[in-house]
Amino acid sequence: MSGRGSAAIRLENLSHSYGKRTALKNVSFEIAEGEIFALLGPNGSGKTTLFRILSTLMLPGGGRALISGFDAANQPAQVRRRIGVVFQARSVDIKLTAVENLWHQGHLYGLRGRELKARVRLMLERVGLADRAQDRVETLSGGMQRRVELAKGLIHRPAVLLLDEPTTGLDPGARRDLWQYLHELRTQEGVSIIVTTHLMEEAERCDRLAILNLGEVVALGTPAELCSQIGGDVLMLGTTDASNLAQAIQQEFRIATSVLDGKVRLERKDGHKFVTQVMEAFPGRIDSISVSKPNLEDVFIARTGHRLWTEPEQMEND
Amino acid sequence: MAQAAAIPALRTESNVNPFLPAFTLWWREVVRFYRQPARVAGVVLSPLVFWAVIGAGFGSSLQSSTTGTSNFLQYFFAGALLMIVLFTSIFTMMSVIEDRNEGFLLSVMVAPVHRSGIVLGKVLGGTTLSTIQGLLFLVFAPLIGIRLGPEQLLLVALITFLVAFALTALGFVIAWRMQSAQGFHAVINLFLIPLWMLSGALFPISGANHWLKLLMRANPLSYGMEALLQTLFPGSAPATALPLWSSIAVLSGFAAIVFVAGFIVANRRGTLPAA
Repeated sequence: MSGRGSAAIRLENLSHSYGKRTALKNVSFEIAEGEIFALLGPNGSGKTTLFRILSTLMLPGGGRALISGFDAANQPAQVRRRIGVVFQARSVDIKLTAVENLWHQGHLYGLRGRELKARVRLMLERVGLADRAQDRVETLSGGMQRRVELAKGLIHRPAVLLLDEPTTGLDPGARRDLWQYLHELRTQEGVSIIVTTHLMEEAERCDRLAILNLGEVVALGTPAELCSQIGGDVLMLGTTDASNLAQAIQQEFRIATSVLDGKVRLERKDGHKFVTQVMEAFPGRIDSISVSKPNLEDVFIARTGHRLWTEPEQMEND
Repeated sequence: MAQAAAIPALRTESNVNPFLPAFTLWWREVVRFYRQPARVAGVVLSPLVFWAVIGAGFGSSLQSSTTGTSNFLQYFFAGALLMIVLFTSIFTMMSVIEDRNEGFLLSVMVAPVHRSGIVLGKVLGGTTLSTIQGLLFLVFAPLIGIRLGPEQLLLVALITFLVAFALTALGFVIAWRMQSAQGFHAVINLFLIPLWMLSGALFPISGANHWLKLLMRANPLSYGMEALLQTLFPGSAPATALPLWSSIAVLSGFAAIVFVAGFIVANRRGTLPAA
């Protein structure tokens, strides 16, 4: 039902595996209507699997995924009418013009005639491509092609927009534009937006996020909430012998430390004051020191013990 | 059941009429074709080259008593037409693999389109191209003494269309689960050559030995071939042939079966990535 407690997406114990490899383990959470939600995780974390299930391209191994109350597995037609999907791969036809691509897409959703024409024009204006409407997509830049993708995913006024790594291959300017547009879309039309990403800067722009690791949700909340769960500031100490120093600090100050990328990492309230203490306690053993406010990567590290990998894309089902 | 009333009214009908997506997919196939000059040149020129080589090689002196027609070249004309349609039809469906690898197919699959509409659009697109190519080949018919009236021409067009539709649908079924163009080629060659050789395109069914005759009778393309022969050479077609409309009926039945098979493979959803 709409109204109170209504969710754009509701996942109930969603599980999936490819043969022996588990891709999703009992994932349950809700995404509210009009929310911008990120699925943050490294490659192989299960976010692409989740994306495939939500977009009705694949049946889940177990559990349910409800979109606007409809089951992605059993009611694909109802779900498909409500979702707009922007894939990571290019789905526009480069031999067609921008207008032709959208016209084609509109037909797939039963739009036609004058209504479709008006809608195509509006969408191209929205994404700032009105002047390139009659150009073949192959002549457009990568950022512009991406905008055609977005217009394509929105042509039928979906209630839920799913985007898979939408800023891949975009320069910083184009990235900023895209995010600005997503925020407008949410504010003006109340579209619920779900973005998969392996970039924490992007997840920070969302209202809420779920951090996925090895098929499990390891953190769920707003970026601020998650960051505040970290105890104060994050300190990274550069040294030649990280593991010994980590142990020594642990004994001296009775706080948890870890070794990351050959540096000692620790969390501490009032980090700037701790800098002098630690420098005095271990003279000559610390080469560099940095203090920062915790970000989502720190949340990820705190929950999983390792960094958010940002290696080149791999197929999750390999 | 939960209804999402807060969603702004969607203009899409509860069930999208499958002919609109089919039309748009067909349209795209045709537009893509004529925007790639190399493909246009291939379609227009290949029958020409083919006929020039065959014609020069055989001459017109080859007589045959079993073919029923006045000479082998005339008999082979129908076989050549069939071959052109066969290859073009199946290979147009390589676009299914391309679409899948590009991501285009994904965006079609997440649309609320009945899968029959997707199959129909893709298959009709390929069918249109190969029918045009087959009919272009008819230009050479008068050169070897085949005269076609308007009624015959329409019949040949109908038969060519049916053969093209059935084979394009077959190409669709094979291409659907294929990951690479190479794999597609390998499987196609396995099917295509025997299908063509055992259709009566190369030698008439009446001249074949017993088991070969059975195989040829089981080959749906044989009925296309017979229908073509009877239309192109009324009165002098091989004696064992089914009546023209029976052949056309068999051919239509085959086309329908392969189309349904296409729908079934496209409609399957599983726990593995769809594309």
